[in-house]
Amino acid sequence: MPDTNLSRRTFLKTSGALGALAAAGGSVAAADALFGSGVAAAVAEPEEKITWGHCAINCPGRCALKFHVRDDEVVWVDTCTSPNADFDDPQPRACLRGRSYRRWLASPDRLNYPMKRVGKRGEGKFEQISWDEAIELATSKLKEVIEKYGNEAVYVPYATGVSATTSRPFNRLLNLVGGYLNFYNSYSTAQISCITPYMYGSKNAGGSSFKTAEDAKLVLIFGSSPTETRQGGLTTHYDWVHLRERTGAKIYMIDYRMNDSIVGHSDQWLPINPGTDAALVAGIAHYLIEHDLVDLDFLHTYCVGYDEETMPEAYQGKNLSYYAYIMGEGYDKVAKTPEWASKITGIPVERIKDLAEEIGTTKPLYVNQGWGPQRRSNGEWSAWAIMALPCLVGQVGLPGTNNGTREDRTSPASVSMAAGANPVKASIPCFLFTDAIDHGTEMTSKNAGVKGVDKLPVNIKYMINYAGNCLTNQHSDINKAHDVLADESKCEFILGIDTVLCDSLKYADVILPDLFRFEQTSQISTGSDTGYLITGTACTSPKFERKSAYEMATLMAEKLGVAEGFTEGKTEEQRIKEQYEQARAKSSKLPTWDEVVEMGVYIEEHAPVVSMAKFREDPVANALTTPSGKIEIFSEKLLEFTDGWELEADDTLPGLDTLPAIPVYLPEWYGVETTTDEYPLLLSGFHYRGRIHSSWGFMPELKEVNPQEVWINPLDAEPRGIVQGDTVRVRNEFGEIELLAKVTPRIVPGTVGVSQGAWHEADMYGDRLDKGGSINTLTTQRPSPLSKGNPQHTNICDVAKA
Amino acid sequence: MTQYAFSFDGTRCTGCKTCEMACKDYKDLDLGVAHRKVYEVTTGETKRDDKGCFTTTCASYPLSLSCNHCDDPTCVRVCPTGAMHKDAETGLVAVDAGKCVGCGYCHMACPYNAPKVNREKGHSVKCDGCAERLVSGEQPVCVEACPARALDFGPVDEMRKKGERAAIAPLPEPSYTQPNLYVKASADAKPAGDAAAKVSNPLEVM
Repeated sequence: MPDTNLSRRTFLKTSGALGALAAAGGSVAAADALFGSGVAAAVAEPEEKITWGHCAINCPGRCALKFHVRDDEVVWVDTCTSPNADFDDPQPRACLRGRSYRRWLASPDRLNYPMKRVGKRGEGKFEQISWDEAIELATSKLKEVIEKYGNEAVYVPYATGVSATTSRPFNRLLNLVGGYLNFYNSYSTAQISCITPYMYGSKNAGGSSFKTAEDAKLVLIFGSSPTETRQGGLTTHYDWVHLRERTGAKIYMIDYRMNDSIVGHSDQWLPINPGTDAALVAGIAHYLIEHDLVDLDFLHTYCVGYDEETMPEAYQGKNLSYYAYIMGEGYDKVAKTPEWASKITGIPVERIKDLAEEIGTTKPLYVNQGWGPQRRSNGEWSAWAIMALPCLVGQVGLPGTNNGTREDRTSPASVSMAAGANPVKASIPCFLFTDAIDHGTEMTSKNAGVKGVDKLPVNIKYMINYAGNCLTNQHSDINKAHDVLADESKCEFILGIDTVLCDSLKYADVILPDLFRFEQTSQISTGSDTGYLITGTACTSPKFERKSAYEMATLMAEKLGVAEGFTEGKTEEQRIKEQYEQARAKSSKLPTWDEVVEMGVYIEEHAPVVSMAKFREDPVANALTTPSGKIEIFSEKLLEFTDGWELEADDTLPGLDTLPAIPVYLPEWYGVETTTDEYPLLLSGFHYRGRIHSSWGFMPELKEVNPQEVWINPLDAEPRGIVQGDTVRVRNEFGEIELLAKVTPRIVPGTVGVSQGAWHEADMYGDRLDKGGSINTLTTQRPSPLSKGNPQHTNICDVAKA
Repeated sequence: MTQYAFSFDGTRCTGCKTCEMACKDYKDLDLGVAHRKVYEVTTGETKRDDKGCFTTTCASYPLSLSCNHCDDPTCVRVCPTGAMHKDAETGLVAVDAGKCVGCGYCHMACPYNAPKVNREKGHSVKCDGCAERLVSGEQPVCVEACPARALDFGPVDEMRKKGERAAIAPLPEPSYTQPNLYVKASADAKPAGDAAAKVSNPLEVM
């Protein structure tokens, strides 16, 4: 078969052979005899150039990329590595996705020119336009919206496609023309970020390093897969493998799925029904209390709300303490025995008792949670309960312990481009942006977590969606999101900026083609147990009509008459350098600019962090920033903040007219206790090695070996006639997806798992069947009660053969 | 001759496939071709009793596998043209593309799913141990790529210290071809020949 698909690389190799022949001939003249004058020189192997760059997508790995470039084309992508690295040598090695960047860079799907939409929103029909026209359309509509509706109608949605020290140029631009509607929260950590300050205060409450756990005797990890969520060679993947090998601790990984951080070590897996972590903690707490294994000295000295003795004055004598909840003296008057917890969690009674006994008698204890347990309808309380567990046994602030949050991450000092001050004070939970498009003026501080103002003055009318796929794909209830976005009378204009046409970009009215951060000068500071800073330069010249986001924002600033304020006469590179000098003023460790550019990857070792060690040492001198200065297992502040909020009945415990002020177990809206005959299975998401969120989700090379599958236990598959590799459909009240079945005992019966981030692929003006298998076709837009965050793992469904 | 070998640390590997994708990039391999693949073996059951409680015997482990540059490679034995050969200096097994006729016998004979006929190229392709990198003092791309540091490569005497000659499922007994792969097995690993320990992710490795 003729090779019709000659790749650039093959061509380069061929030309290399000719180059070699020229060399073998001893002189250019010898080659000239064969090929004619000058031909051999023209096709001689181009010199190889090497540039450093960093991955900029939303994984804190942001690993090192070492581009091998010939003739202004990337020929392969290496990383920060060396032939004989020791296990302990810190090397931010890129993961499988980083190693696939050449394919994305040169993908036929890359956006090359500005475009405007010619079909309906969501149809994906666009035609090429000039930069002038694109910038004119984007800016004239912006001016019109600001004049007509005010700056509160302008919004920059949550997006995670670019992380660098200059990655927010559009926010800076908008602040110069009167500002934009703010958001708070993230899709990653809405619930835990909301609840942690209530318990531990907003400062000095980070977790302990994984390295700290090397000194532990017992390690409990709730709902986390460090290897899959952060896959690189000097981020959590490596730190986890390192910890597992170096610690003498016994490890338990509590998860509904035997995730990839457990494989090879299956005795560490403690399977649980998803969404029930707080019930497990409650059952353990009951055992600890019954067997006199709680650390009362710690609870009375360092905490409030464990029992009557430390309840805030106004709440004493009402059986509202955590103890009263656990022992059945208050709230629902149900004792949270291991037997009670077993029915909910699916963990055998004896296993809960054994675990509680180990927790009560093993020190140091390192308790850690990922962000899976919190991304649920009861996530604020699940996260809080897991954090309360180490407090019950006084295992906080000491060597080898953790405060129950996620592991600490260190990074070298760095400074990001100032976005300027936003004159608009209003802020919404990022998860509620489609509500703010559809009925923003009905959103208030009491019903939708609006901050800065009591209610929104206007609906969102204009959006700049930069490097984000959260309009649909990574948002929830994609079918509902489509209905909101497709109506051009609602959000009147969407400017989209990206490298490829992701599902969200199909809703843009104008699209601008972005450069990768490694196609320009860029810097990022990151790390986990070890910190590192990567300074990259352009691997190739910009191809086609692509521009950097900074250039795009500058063009818009010129049209809007604020160019001087935007650039301050500086190029992006000059800014990065200037910011770096500011960082150097903070940290004398940092090398000079020239040195840091030359080395590409700067690695900074950090001592392991023990969470809240100073507080433990002296809780008075180093009081927390909570109202009491102590750890709050009962939060008066939560009750005050949510006073008068409009709640739905299942947002709280039966009989309670406030949100719970202690870390209770709340049954999920779509959970193990609320499945239906129609939708008898739980459905939970997880991070997948083939993507970070939806990034890389279009690439055939990655999809080929990381297929989109629903994990289903044989006990659930057999009655449905489903076998490994079958094409199946997962369905619920929100929609239907089609994907492959992975029939495996690595998931508990009664629950199916679908990795998040697959590219939605449906005819939105037809049957809406999502053949891409995006879990967000099946997730709800109802926010979790306190944080107003995305409960994307809280779902029920059924599965059938396609 | 110095025979070269891979080692694989099954206690570290998490099945992430960085090795596979780094190789695919460096060697510019198309869809359908991978010189290193990551197999999943999963055994046991996770059940729910009449009280709704879970019990599990599930064990699962990944295995990253390329060509093992065997002492007695079946691919070389069956090759009708002599294209598949073992290098006299390094013991690495490679295809001479000029001699290969693409008959596919090597693919059928290899118990490690290593060689494959690339129909576009018209000849067999496989891992060559990154022989050109070896010359310049580098390791194969896959080894230097591993975020978990689960792979190594070097003279067989050194690799032998890192584990047992590959004898975990789903691999065959090493006596068959004398593979130059040394494995530090995880607790979950099952012995070669274990009938229950089959490849659980066939779609990803075919």
